[in-house]
Amino acid sequence: MAYPIVRVEGINKTFGGTVKALDDVTLEFPAGIIYGLLGPNGAGKTTLIRVLTTLLRPESGRAEVAGVDVLADPKTARTKIGLAGQFAAVDDYQTGRENVEMVGRLYGLSAAQSKSRAGELLERINLADAADRQVKTYSGGMQRRLDLAASLVGEPEVLFLDEPTTGIDPRSRLDVWELITDLVKGGTTVLLTTQYLDEADQLADRIAVIDEGRLISEGTSDDLKDTLGGSVIELSVAPDRETETLEALRRICETEPTINTLTREITVPAVEGAKTLTEVVRALDSASIVPNDLALHKPSLDDVFLTLTGHTAEVETEEPPPSAGRKRRLRSK
Amino acid sequence: MTGATVPTKPGRVAASAPQTTRAITVITKRNLLRNIRLPQLLILATVQPIMFLLLFNYVFGGAIGGTLPDAAGGEYINWLIPGLLVQVAAFGAGQTALGLTEDLSKGVIERFRSLPMARSAVLAGRTLSDLIRNGLVISLMLLVGVLIGFRYQTSFAGLVAGMALAMVFSFAFSWIMATIGLLVKNPEAVQPAVFLSVFPLVFASSVFVPTQTMPGWLRAFADNQPVTVTVDALRGLILGEGALLPGNSVVGQILLSLFYSGLILAIFVPLAVRVYRRTVS
Ligand SMILES: Nc1ncnc2c1ncn2[C@@H]1O[C@H](COP(=O)(O)OP(=O)(O)OP(=O)(O)O)[C@@H](O)[C@H]1O
Ligand SMILES: [Mg+2]
Repeated sequence: MAYPIVRVEGINKTFGGTVKALDDVTLEFPAGIIYGLLGPNGAGKTTLIRVLTTLLRPESGRAEVAGVDVLADPKTARTKIGLAGQFAAVDDYQTGRENVEMVGRLYGLSAAQSKSRAGELLERINLADAADRQVKTYSGGMQRRLDLAASLVGEPEVLFLDEPTTGIDPRSRLDVWELITDLVKGGTTVLLTTQYLDEADQLADRIAVIDEGRLISEGTSDDLKDTLGGSVIELSVAPDRETETLEALRRICETEPTINTLTREITVPAVEGAKTLTEVVRALDSASIVPNDLALHKPSLDDVFLTLTGHTAEVETEEPPPSAGRKRRLRSK
Repeated sequence: MTGATVPTKPGRVAASAPQTTRAITVITKRNLLRNIRLPQLLILATVQPIMFLLLFNYVFGGAIGGTLPDAAGGEYINWLIPGLLVQVAAFGAGQTALGLTEDLSKGVIERFRSLPMARSAVLAGRTLSDLIRNGLVISLMLLVGVLIGFRYQTSFAGLVAGMALAMVFSFAFSWIMATIGLLVKNPEAVQPAVFLSVFPLVFASSVFVPTQTMPGWLRAFADNQPVTVTVDALRGLILGEGALLPGNSVVGQILLSLFYSGLILAIFVPLAVRVYRRTVS
């Protein structure tokens, strides 16, 4: 691995003597990537970000950002970082532009520099039209984006984004993803936290799964998926055709298909991916079975999470048991 | 690319003295802007002391008028105004606690703390902007006082000096309030905290009535606490030495008031900064 731009070693942080928010966390990653910190509510994501952004002192451990010891020299560390916290930290009585300009001035930019930087950033996050309105007229998502702009003013080497897309509508979410990807192309390193499995999956080059203050897994998204094996095919058919379907599947697959007793969803491993899917379709067709639903699913981080923690990532709705590949929010148990 | 070779971009220098001054200016302006953008805040903050002024003057004026020293010129309003100026200075300082808790709860302080700027700038900017704001409120109240009959009995210079002393006191009090705000953290909880700390000082004092009629134990406190000392200094400056308790001099009260303000600053500036550094919102 290249020289790590963020290095965390044995960090412990306890709140109120009992809540172990960070339990001996150690991780490091190289510059120029998106590093995803994934975990349910209360996992310790925000706490780790606050340690790395000089806002919180851990009881023990070492933390280094861009070659600077965060705990020994927080002043210098602050010149290297940008932070967009979990909740937008913007003044609602100032306009969007004034907010960003203010941060520029506090970074030590001249009035003219702050102005041009603010204009450029507001353009970049698609807030140019609303730039001169007071923030209190902004929607929640617009405020989050403004907050993101403010975190970019200092052209940070390492950008910390705490749940950057929570509360942002799907389209703006894609915009934010694109912005983050662009930043990384420009040389910035991004550490982001998320409760969205698909977000970590799609955006992050490396992912750390954290639960109850402990790092339970670390690696690329593929590394994590390897712990699970390959893709699966899921299908459902009319109840009276189930037996026939299972028979047809047995003829083409080596593994015994499973059937979910609740949803009646049938699952078979797709050993050869799309090729297996084609075979399944053919087998069903020749038996004149028309499936209600048929899909090829790659294993998701959701499954990884289940495997690693031994407890489920609770589902927001009262949906039946987890099936692979759906977007889902993690909740603490 | 390795971390060590990332080029340092312009504008990334650690906070220096001129930068600290600039940061304080930026924060002060930001805080004042809030008063302009949300004028209802300032209007309410002004209406309340003016209501106090009118109520006390017309409700108590008749009853208390007779017991006042001659220096008041026979008018309760003359006695009341110097007291209310200090009362408003003390209560107005409570704004510092409120403003800080609001910034804390909105996460703005977290952002400031993650920026490469002097950490003292947030508190300095806050207390300075509140000083300016309180100066405005006090001036408006004085204006209304003049409209309903207040007249200084010494000189205009005495009045200006009295106002200045009230502002010094207000600034010092702001640092107590900053400490309270940072400790309490919650905007709703901080209101009663401010009230509890200011109310006894303002009422067990010479703000509204002379202290002579208070029971001995209370009077021992009332005569010597900073609010009374400052109010008496203002009365000496605005009404003349005759407004003071026998044996007290105007200069003596001024020095004592400045001593109190200095003492408060010496204790609470470092304390507030210390709490600020350690504050976890
Ligand atoms: N200031 C604090 N005082 C006391 N306990 C805290 C504090 N901050 C965090 N905690 C506790 O530490 C644990 C980790 O919290 P943290 O905010 O880091 O979780 P998180 O992963 O960011 O969760 P979320 O997804 O809800 O934002 C939780 O149990 C939380 O209650
Ligand atoms: Mg969090």
